[in-house]
Amino acid sequence: MSDGRSLTGPFVAGAEIPAQPPPANAIGPIAWLRRNLFSTWYNVILTLLIVYLAYRLLPPLISWAFIDPVWGPATPDQPAREVVEACRAAAGACWAFIGEKYRLIFFGLYPYGEEWRPVLAMIMMVGVVVISTMRRFWSRWLIWAWVAVIVGSVSLMYGAIPLGFVDIRIPGLSLVETVKWGGLPLTIGLSMVGLAVAFPFGILLALGRASAMPVARVLSVTYIEMIRGVPLITVLFMSSYLFPLFLPTGWNFNGLLRTQIAIILFSAAYLAEVVRGGLQALPKGQFEAADSLGLGYWQKQRLIILPQAIRVSIPALVNSFIGVFMDTTLITTVSMYDILQGARAGLADAIWGPYYKEAYVFVALIFFVFCFSMSRYSQYLEKYLNIGTRRR
Amino acid sequence: MTAIQAAAAAPEILIQMSGVNKWYGEFHVLRDINLAVEKGEKVVICGPSGSGKSTLIRCLNRLEEHQKGTIVVDGIELTNDVKNIDAIRREVGMVFQQFNLFPHLTVLENLTLAPIWVRKVPKKEAEETAMYFLKRVKIPEQANKYPGQLSGGQQQRVAIARSLCMKPKILLFDEPTSALDPEMIKEVLDVMVELAREGITMICVTHEMGFARTVANRVIFMDRGQIVEQNEPEEFFKNPKSERTKLFLSQILAH
Repeated sequence: MSDGRSLTGPFVAGAEIPAQPPPANAIGPIAWLRRNLFSTWYNVILTLLIVYLAYRLLPPLISWAFIDPVWGPATPDQPAREVVEACRAAAGACWAFIGEKYRLIFFGLYPYGEEWRPVLAMIMMVGVVVISTMRRFWSRWLIWAWVAVIVGSVSLMYGAIPLGFVDIRIPGLSLVETVKWGGLPLTIGLSMVGLAVAFPFGILLALGRASAMPVARVLSVTYIEMIRGVPLITVLFMSSYLFPLFLPTGWNFNGLLRTQIAIILFSAAYLAEVVRGGLQALPKGQFEAADSLGLGYWQKQRLIILPQAIRVSIPALVNSFIGVFMDTTLITTVSMYDILQGARAGLADAIWGPYYKEAYVFVALIFFVFCFSMSRYSQYLEKYLNIGTRRR
Repeated sequence: MTAIQAAAAAPEILIQMSGVNKWYGEFHVLRDINLAVEKGEKVVICGPSGSGKSTLIRCLNRLEEHQKGTIVVDGIELTNDVKNIDAIRREVGMVFQQFNLFPHLTVLENLTLAPIWVRKVPKKEAEETAMYFLKRVKIPEQANKYPGQLSGGQQQRVAIARSLCMKPKILLFDEPTSALDPEMIKEVLDVMVELAREGITMICVTHEMGFARTVANRVIFMDRGQIVEQNEPEEFFKNPKSERTKLFLSQILAH
């Protein structure tokens, strides 16, 4: 083709022309500064304002958090009262509070000496999430890994494999009722299991809402709009206090499970709307091409429509995921002991009461680590999945 | 049935439309369409925009639903029965104006998807078939690229190859060159001409009159939802009978 140019034919380039390097004043740190910080007069003002605020605010914050704090007891066996004295005398933060109460924050009321169980459960849960983020592990086995991890960590924390009405005891492990579970494993577990179940459920709801079948559509729309019409706290209250009233006497439905179901039902409605947004963003031609090839409804959804719809809704999905993760703090309203409640319980100890700043900063940091990693991962995923659709 | 007798007596009719009507709400888009297409026939449909030509071929694989009349494709009547619709779609390939390749799959995956999932062909065999047809449309080297990395003409050739991989009995083209830059039209038409010479049954909505002259057995002119005129290409272009056809041809052949 490239050699076959004739004088009368259209000109078609035979090879790509290599890009030239940019001019010297468009690269380098000074060009970067000019472009990003001093491009217009109002950007100059904003930049200067931020530099000034940072100059005024950062040094005191840094000395409070890092230079002047009491990191912990001076000697391992220093009594708590003396540590608090030291905190009172110091100008900085009292991180000793975290050292004193971390057990309560991380594990709630879980029995002393058994902490390795929630730790192991958390490692398993975070581990399977991390593995799921890696493209090369994306296969059918991953679903089973999730099931295994969820059942495994619940059994480990419980001390038995719960099978509805019977429990199979695990030898060597004491039984720990779910009311004693708390802290970080509860936060991670509730949001992880919640998302794992709510996501497929949400996809089904979204497909139902977009379906041509009136029954599926009406049911999905009713469900989604009903759930979206009430706040999560209402759903939690209903599942915890109202729902048991309707059960026949003698029936007992685990409180944690009820909370979990409430979170699933609630998140599914929101995830469904996010996925629906993705479905609507797809050009009609994609549906028609899949139809014209003779793909069945489920094949079409699974192979053509959902991969694309989910891809375009990744930012919004992660937004929802982060929302679900943080919403789990609401479970304190139905007397569950999440990580925030653990910190509050630490503050209830009279001598440590004044150090609420440290408690909340610490909990905020933990949430930040999780939410920030989710958000970064979504950015990576967006870029990665865009390879196919991006033009050179 | 007397299918065997019929086949022996007359050429096999692959598509039979009788008294087909369709409305979009109030708008009567297809009026009393009667059309029979024989096996191996090449039919070109032309007409002004809004005349219903795309709708007509989209009724043949049920991308659009007709409200009155009967359509029989490859011996199966198109009704609401999903099984019949799927059976027909397996045998009827379609090439769209906007290509409609699957952007999240590579070219090769685009080609093997339907054979693997619909025809249950083993992956390896499907890939061999796909490579064969990619060679036929002259872009085997693009097999592992994504559609977004190809030019419009290349994408449309991939789309043709994708339909061919299902080994359809009938191929429908819905304005396959209308979305292409001028210099890419030829490469797509070349592929289509080659296909036509091999005897596949083809219905093509297009304004490429050169293509119609070269390969069509019959040219159909549609206007306002009706088949106004149909004839062999020679006669159609030389002696158009209706005024509307004459007007249309004078406009389209002017440049």
